[in-house]
Order: sequence, then C-alpha cells, then structure tokens
Amino acid sequence: MRPIEVEICLGTTCFVMGASALQNLQLPESLRAKVKISYVRCLHLCKNMDKFRKAPYARIDGEVIDEAAPEKIIQNITQKIKDIAHATN
Amino acid sequence: MRQIEIQKLKREILVYLIKAFYSADFAEQVRLIPYDMRPKGSAVPFRCCIHKERAVLRSRTLAGLGLAIEDDNERTELSIYAAQSLQRTKNAEHPLTVLGSACQGCAESFIHITDLCQNCVAKSCINSCKFGAITATRGRAVINNAQCKKCCLCIKACPYQAIVKTIVPCENACPTGAIAKDTNGLARIDTAKCIACGHCLVVCPFGAIHNKSQLIDVLKKIKTRQKVIALIAPALLGQMPCTAGQLHSALQKIGFAQVYEVAQGAETTARVEAKDLRQRLQKGLAFMTTSCCAAYNELARKHLPEIKPFVSDTKTPLAYTAAIARRANPEAVNVFISPCLAKYPEVNQDSNVDHILTFEEIGALLVALNIEPAELPEENFAHVSAREARGFPLSGGVAKSVLAAWDGAPQEVTPAFINGLNKASLAELRAYAKQGRCARGNLLEIMCCLGGCANGPAVLNTEKAATAQIEKYASEAESLQSLR
Ligand code: FES
Repeated sequence: MRPIEVEICLGTTCFVMGASALQNLQLPESLRAKVKISYVRCLHLCKNMDKFRKAPYARIDGEVIDEAAPEKIIQNITQKIKDIAHATN
Repeated sequence: MRQIEIQKLKREILVYLIKAFYSADFAEQVRLIPYDMRPKGSAVPFRCCIHKERAVLRSRTLAGLGLAIEDDNERTELSIYAAQSLQRTKNAEHPLTVLGSACQGCAESFIHITDLCQNCVAKSCINSCKFGAITATRGRAVINNAQCKKCCLCIKACPYQAIVKTIVPCENACPTGAIAKDTNGLARIDTAKCIACGHCLVVCPFGAIHNKSQLIDVLKKIKTRQKVIALIAPALLGQMPCTAGQLHSALQKIGFAQVYEVAQGAETTARVEAKDLRQRLQKGLAFMTTSCCAAYNELARKHLPEIKPFVSDTKTPLAYTAAIARRANPEAVNVFISPCLAKYPEVNQDSNVDHILTFEEIGALLVALNIEPAELPEENFAHVSAREARGFPLSGGVAKSVLAAWDGAPQEVTPAFINGLNKASLAELRAYAKQGRCARGNLLEIMCCLGGCANGPAVLNTEKAATAQIEKYASEAESLQSLR
C-alpha cells in the first residue's frame, strides 16, 4: 500500500501560529510505517486576513487541514487508513 | 508545556495591530480589532458571549499598544489609546500587565476535602489541624476555609490522599511571591517584588498576563526613516526554520537598517567573566555566579542582596554589543530582540539600548508583513560570532564560554548550574550566599528559565527544536579558544 502523505507547513504564519509544535511529530507506532511526513514551505493558504488565523495548515493526501494539531492530524490519518481498507475490501 | 491557544490569540492581536499600523488609518483600524476578530455572528470560542469576547480582546490590544491594562478607564476608545501610544516618548517601567477580567475565571487557592474522604475513624486530618478548621459532620471531615491557614498538614496526614490544595498557576509559578490574588480575586503584581521572569505569563491558563509591547514605538521610528538597528539575542538563531543569514535578511525586510548578533558581546562577557573569576579565586572567594541573566540580576537586587558579593561584575552580552553598535552609529535607534521580559528593566537602564521587542513580536511582524525567511537570500553578519558565544542561551552555555576563555588549567574551574529559578532553587541560592560557599562548584551559572534563554517566556520555537538549531549553529563556528 502506498503511504499516506502528510505535508506539514513550516511557512512563517503556520510556524508562528503553532506549527513549531508539529516539528518532529511523533505518530503512534501503529501508524508510522503507513505514513510519510514531510515539512514544506508556505502552502499559500494563509495569505489573507481571515485565513492566517486558521493556521497552522497541513495537507494529508491533498486534503487541507486547518488549525492543525497532533491529535487532529492523527485522527485524519487514522480515518484515511480505515477508508482505504474499506475501499479495498 | 506552553499553551498554544493562548500564544496564538496574543500573536493574532499583534498581527492585527501591525496591519493596522501600516494601514491608512491606524487609530480606526485599532478600534476595530475586537470587531474584526469577532465579527457579528461569529463563534464565541472562549467566553460567555461575543461582547465579553470583544471586551477581553480590547483589553489585550491595550497591552499590544504598550499600555497597562490596569489603567484602562473603559470609557476611552481604542482609537484614542492608539493615537496616544503613537505620541509617547518613554518606555514603560515595568514590563507586565494583568488583564483582570480574564483573571476572575480562576479560583483562589484553598484546601479542599474531596469525595475520596472515606469517613475514617482515625480522623488524622482533624487531629493534624492546629487551627480547628476541620470538623466531622455525620462522619465526614468538613473544612471551614475561613479558619484554615493553608498549612497543608491535613494533606500530609490523610492516609487516603483525599485532601488537596487547589493552586493558582501564576502564584505557584512565581519564584518570588510577587503575584497574588487580591481580595477581589484578581491577580496583582507587586512590582517591588517582581523580577519579570515571566513564569506567570507562560503558565496562566487564561492568558491574563501580557507584556507591554514596544512594537508601536519601534515601527514608528522605522516608518519615519530613522536608522533602527536590531541587536538580536543569541537565542533568536533557534527560533525560525531558516538559516542565520536568512533571518538577517528577514530582519532587514522588516526595516532594520543593521543587525548585530548579541553573541558578539557574549564573547567579551565570557572573557571578562573568566578574568573576574580568576581574580576572585585568587582573593580566596569560594565561588562566583554569572551575571548575564536579567531576571537573576533583578532577583539579586530585590530579594538576595546577600548574594551580591558573589555575582560577577561582568556586563551582559547586550551591554557590550549595544556599546559597540552605539559607537559605530551614534545617531541610530538600538532595539534589543529578546526571548525574555526581564530585559525590559535592563534596557531602560542602559542608555545604549532604546527599545526591546520580543521574539513573539518579531514573529508577528514576519506574519503581518508576509516575510518568509526560508525563501530569502543569505545575508552575512559583519562580525562572525564564536561557537561558545552562540551557545550562550542554552543552559550550560555560559559556563562553557567562561571555560573556553579560561587561561589556566581547566580543572581549576568547577561549573555548577541553576537551571530554572523556582522556590527551591531560590532557597538553594540563599543558602550559598549565607554560607559564603557553594558545595557544587566555584562557577555557578544561573539561568532563570529552564533550559536557558532559548526557552524564555517570549520565544516562538519549542525548546527542543530551538536547542538543536542553536547547537548546530554554534558547531559551525570557531571556538573562542582558537580566537583568543
Ligand atoms: S505559512 Fe503555512 S500556509 Fe502559509
């Protein structure tokens, strides 16, 4: 199975608004092999006044996650893995 | 653990404030901040209703404008305050201000007998209490808080651990007893006792404690084309995911005409401190403490005069760097970029430094001005700082620097560390001062923040990531030893 791609934005807005805490994100053991995490530059999701407040942003298999926090990211990954398992069954 | 929700909220306000500053109508845009952040019909994430949310945001904006929230008469519009803050020419004396309406949310500290009480026969709690505050009602221990003196003996006596003391986080975090709830339940800072370590600001779960920002003062000078120089604390090099050269470029984009690494002055601090230690040991003194932690210097001044004879006379890295910058550019405005709030009083006392901005305020500037340091070209610093000077902001870093500058046998220096000031380490320091010796070593490095300045109250990065980044940056430079 192809890994789930997690892109975490470390652009200025995301970093200052909380992505600093997403560096070295530790996933639960059970997810680690199924996920590929990368840290990326500004995803340009933050560049207007309302949107900067929803930072930090992450992208999981292309889906944008706002106000990204470890729990939120892990939940989303878990759901995606479940969905994939379901679809291939 | 830092409280992200609160940090975000405070930074958001700063971003709005900066955008307002660069808008066509600063005062009006500032007045609108609470409404822009909580427009009609928006969700109410924290308080009872949107009006209270806006009122709290209004108060927080005052701190961003550099004002004391306590002095607010509530009738003056934010726009008036904004206009006033543009006019001021003096820095506030004390860095901290408390937002009372946020503070009311948390209960005073008291002793509470929980439902875990097993109605036991021994009633050790009642026997332990010297004030008769605990009685038995239908077999169950009941405490009369009016009589309780919070001595906590009952907590120790209870075999079921059924008695707890609720804590007030700010009071608990304050090493010097400078913050306490008054009779109205509002936290008040006793400025005579406060050393501005900022521990209360970090722990308050309501985000009630703010620093009075000097953003407006600095931006005003940048905007009116004065030459504004940034003196960056070494800890800043671990704060953004970019290289030192890119950070330099980013600061220039903000509008700083020149950037000095305070690590430059740290080299002098290390050398002078090594000499100072040598002289003291020769005179027979048992130990010396470092002198670069601003909160510690305030502590010595306000609470520990007995330690004064043991504090090195060496000036801080900021003092040396600011003197260099001033000599080279007498007409310029010098702004210290700080991870720490205890530097406010130092900046006020040092005629070579005009203002202080925190790392958080720099972060907000980068957001508001759409600056992406990691995408900028590298700009070198005029002075290449030494390895140990770059490591100054980490616990152990100052002692390492002194050792590198030490010209005798290394084993003559035995470093010891106070890594994080709290009530226990304060007692330890007091004991050393009283006895005139320190069993742990002859060079006592003191940093009031756990982990060092890289984990100060106004930082952007996590301690772990910041430490790694600073260590890497330090490893790329020559040692002070080889530069000697
Ligand atoms: S900084 Fe993350 S989207 Fe722009």
